[in-house]
Amino acid sequence: MIPQRFEYSAPKTLDEALGLLAEGAKPLAGGMSLIPMMKLRLAAPEHLVDLGRIKDLSYIREQGGSIHIGATATHHDVESSALLRGKCPLLAETASHIGDVQVRNMGTIGGSVAHADPSADYPAALQALEAKLVLKGVKSERTVSAEEFFVDTFTTALEPGEIVREVIVPVDGDGTGTSYQKVLQPASGFAIVGIAARVRKSGEKITLVRIGVTGLANRAFRATAAEKSLEGKTGSAAEVQAAAAVVAQGVEANSDLHASADYRKHLAVVYAVKALNAALSRIA
Amino acid sequence: MATTTITKTEKLVGKRIRRREDPRLITGTATYVDDIKMPGMLYAAILRSPHAAAKIRSIDVSKAAALKGVTAVFTGKDTEQAGAVPCGASLPGLRVPHHHLLAIDRVYLVGHPVAVVVATDRYIARDGADLIEVDYEPETAVADPEKALEPGAHAVHPQWPDNVAFTFHQEGGDTEKAFKEADVIVKQRIVSQRLVPNPMETRGVVADWRAAERSMNLYSSTQVPHLVRSLVAQILGMDENRFRVVAPEVGGGFGAKLQIYAEEILLAYISKKLQKPVKWIESRRENFLCTIHGRGHVDYYELAAKRDGTITGIKLKIIQDLGAYFTLLTPAIPTLSVLMMPGLYRTPNISADIVGAFTNCTPTDAYRGAGRPEATHGIERMVDMVAAELKMDPAEIRLKNFVRNEEFPFPTATGLVYDSGDYSAPLKKAMEMASYDALRKEQVEARKQGKFMGIGLCAYGEICAFGPSPATPAGGWESATVKIEPSGKVTVLTGVSPHGQGEETTFAQIAGDELGVDIDDILVSHGDTSLVQYGIGTFGSRSTAVGGTALYFALQDLKAKIKKFGAMLLESEDVTFSDGKCVCNKTGKSCSVKEVAAAAYRAMKLPPNTEPGLVATHFWEPPNFTFPFGAHLVVTEVDRDTGGVSIRRYVAVDDCGNILNPLIVDGQVHGGVAQGIGQALWEQAVYDDSGQLVTGEFMDYTMPRAHMMPWIESGHTITPTPVNPLGVKGVGEAGTIGASPAVVNSVVDALSPLGVRHLDMPLTPEKLWKLIASKDQAGSNA
Repeated sequence: MIPQRFEYSAPKTLDEALGLLAEGAKPLAGGMSLIPMMKLRLAAPEHLVDLGRIKDLSYIREQGGSIHIGATATHHDVESSALLRGKCPLLAETASHIGDVQVRNMGTIGGSVAHADPSADYPAALQALEAKLVLKGVKSERTVSAEEFFVDTFTTALEPGEIVREVIVPVDGDGTGTSYQKVLQPASGFAIVGIAARVRKSGEKITLVRIGVTGLANRAFRATAAEKSLEGKTGSAAEVQAAAAVVAQGVEANSDLHASADYRKHLAVVYAVKALNAALSRIA
Repeated sequence: MATTTITKTEKLVGKRIRRREDPRLITGTATYVDDIKMPGMLYAAILRSPHAAAKIRSIDVSKAAALKGVTAVFTGKDTEQAGAVPCGASLPGLRVPHHHLLAIDRVYLVGHPVAVVVATDRYIARDGADLIEVDYEPETAVADPEKALEPGAHAVHPQWPDNVAFTFHQEGGDTEKAFKEADVIVKQRIVSQRLVPNPMETRGVVADWRAAERSMNLYSSTQVPHLVRSLVAQILGMDENRFRVVAPEVGGGFGAKLQIYAEEILLAYISKKLQKPVKWIESRRENFLCTIHGRGHVDYYELAAKRDGTITGIKLKIIQDLGAYFTLLTPAIPTLSVLMMPGLYRTPNISADIVGAFTNCTPTDAYRGAGRPEATHGIERMVDMVAAELKMDPAEIRLKNFVRNEEFPFPTATGLVYDSGDYSAPLKKAMEMASYDALRKEQVEARKQGKFMGIGLCAYGEICAFGPSPATPAGGWESATVKIEPSGKVTVLTGVSPHGQGEETTFAQIAGDELGVDIDDILVSHGDTSLVQYGIGTFGSRSTAVGGTALYFALQDLKAKIKKFGAMLLESEDVTFSDGKCVCNKTGKSCSVKEVAAAAYRAMKLPPNTEPGLVATHFWEPPNFTFPFGAHLVVTEVDRDTGGVSIRRYVAVDDCGNILNPLIVDGQVHGGVAQGIGQALWEQAVYDDSGQLVTGEFMDYTMPRAHMMPWIESGHTITPTPVNPLGVKGVGEAGTIGASPAVVNSVVDALSPLGVRHLDMPLTPEKLWKLIASKDQAGSNA
């Protein structure tokens, strides 16, 4: 890699890092997207603040009925966390679909969500989980929903100088099943379409459906029409098909060399069926 | 007599011996070009054009030259007199564009080198390149070879407005008659898309001018160090005997390093100019843009056949996308497709035309298979189409048309002489391994359930062991020196330049068997022109068949000399040399190679008419090419919902003649198949209309990865070649050649219930889904 000259700081405390960020430095949290951009000189930050050395920023812990994940927890940490696998398996499953082993060892949840690639995997799961994100600046701390956080392609609710400090996901009790199903862009490993489904049943009746969609549009979103279509039903094949059929309705779909808008919308339907069926089958 | 004799009874040739080069490669301790560091070394970065076609109004290098740490900046005007990039191919009427080292007043492709910045480190060099201001006047580009040939298209080179570099015609037999008398004629346009070779190691050059010795030392990641030496020395007017080229560890080439590149000439020129060692390492982005591409064919095929399936004639028109310039062999590559256009079939009547088209793209040149994958893909697709037309089984039509065993050596309609073969054997073996009849029954059932299951066959032939010198641009022989050192250790110097093919192992096997010494006592060296006598290099599946044969003959010479010394030491005329020992047939007394070596160098006494030392060199000129062959059988399933292809089974039966090391042969087949499947399903160099390479990074160019590969069931038949005494034919490119038609034939077979008869590569899921969706739509409307 032959990037442009840049300053590099690796502070040990979050306050120190936030101080540097307030002065205009750019955070480095794994670098799985930033470093390739710097390699091509498409990005040329003057000052990088590596968040990787900050103590107590890489954690996964249960607290007050939710699971809190520190910004620098790697995808591998998330994928292999016994806590998440047991109590929020959707996030662990989604992490296991990211990139390859090397990327999962280096990339972090905070870095990934802050980058807001419209084809990234996490946002689908975070939408389906109605996750909360804690955003921290030098003098501020606020909590936003995933829905509020993901604004547009590579655009989030982060203000200058703020970082994603932690991600909070719910613990679902019995009666909930989840699944993440993804069509891989074969060169990059990003999602052409990724569907995260979360379904809760009470007896035979579906009481809650959350569907997060990534790759399809400028930002990951919740397919609310599809969710409503399935709530109150039993989850028959026909009902699942009917719900999936409206997943991409009204969406202005992405189009590129790897998948046209029409194909992406079609895949969204096919993979929504897969994700919903898998989620239903996993209800304990 | 001393008793340190090495006793050997087991032969090394034919054994699955692990590659002796691997430990240094897999532990990361090998020395590649970028590992070379020298005191005072400078680093070069190259500024390249962002436009596919533009006039250069002006270049301002003042900011770059003023940057602290920048030693020198060179533009086209500075290097214009230094020379040009050579093309070794010649064809009648060929228009050869002058290939400047750096652009002078125009750029012809994205990535066209415009300036070189030399600095004390590589970061400053690159910063310097970013500071150069070039005023371009962009023009409309043309990136598609068929569009380039349309009237009014942008002229890549203004002096040739039709964009035609050459036309070529060849015919054999009476094709017109064959088509007039045909029962069926099948026509199809077939595309072999542009590919990016992508060796794991990009290119790199270190040039080290040593003024005191008046000598140039050039380290380059190349497949042909001797050719680089001869040509670069000649271009720069330097003395060849004072010009050393070293190919250190080379991380793959696939033909992309069978070249003389501008950077090799530039770095040597700059090092001498600055009197300092200079290094340039290609970035991956540059590799995508500036190292040669492969394939790039649009082929128009017509096949004539009789009702019984006899193929009587082939017509082929190739539109070859040449790119903007020629590299070493660019215009010659499609002529190899013409040579191999009959495939394994007896067809006596052929007619072929090539139109070489300039485009504002990276030059195409030799990429694993070089012309033969395109030819095999074409004929194997066409034969399937004729079979479908005649409602014949694709295996049956192939068996019917194969050259017969008694017809070898077989003269083809294209002027080749196929050496030896039993063409039906691998096909029958592949069908047996796959249980072909059972698969066809399973397919009937699968189709009843609405599943798209396909069975694809390919019977490929290839031309290897390049080659007789008159048929090559730079000599087609190969050389070897074998030295037995005074200690009895053995050094082999080969003219080939292996970079992953495993000759350090296979050549040691050959020498070990012939000399009867332990394999660990043999060193195979290559790739250094000051060490090796001379050589041609490694490409075209030639190293073992040609270089191995040179080694074999050098060993025979050396054995004769060993025997003379043995006779002297044993004081007998009746001596046999075998298993590393000279044995007196009368007394049973023996002496070892080690003892002979000691005596030959000590030279207290010499046999009559014999010089001291134990060294033999042999240059071998092959009398013909070799022609390996084989059959691949692929079972696929296409997902109706997504268009995704899954390969359920991959059976590869290859016949490369005698096998020296089955482990290495398997590795070559696996790697080749991976690249062939890559072309069939994923890989494509896509240019947009403005000449930008859209798939110019691994984010968009789909390289096959381990998890995307099927299990390869491999088998072999063995038909030795009479062309060389080892009986080996070559296997480096076989897998690539067999794979793409086998996969595509399988997918076409899967979708044939929808009326599909041809599909162009790559078979992306969206392409297949659209087709399935449109046919389902048409079906439901009917």
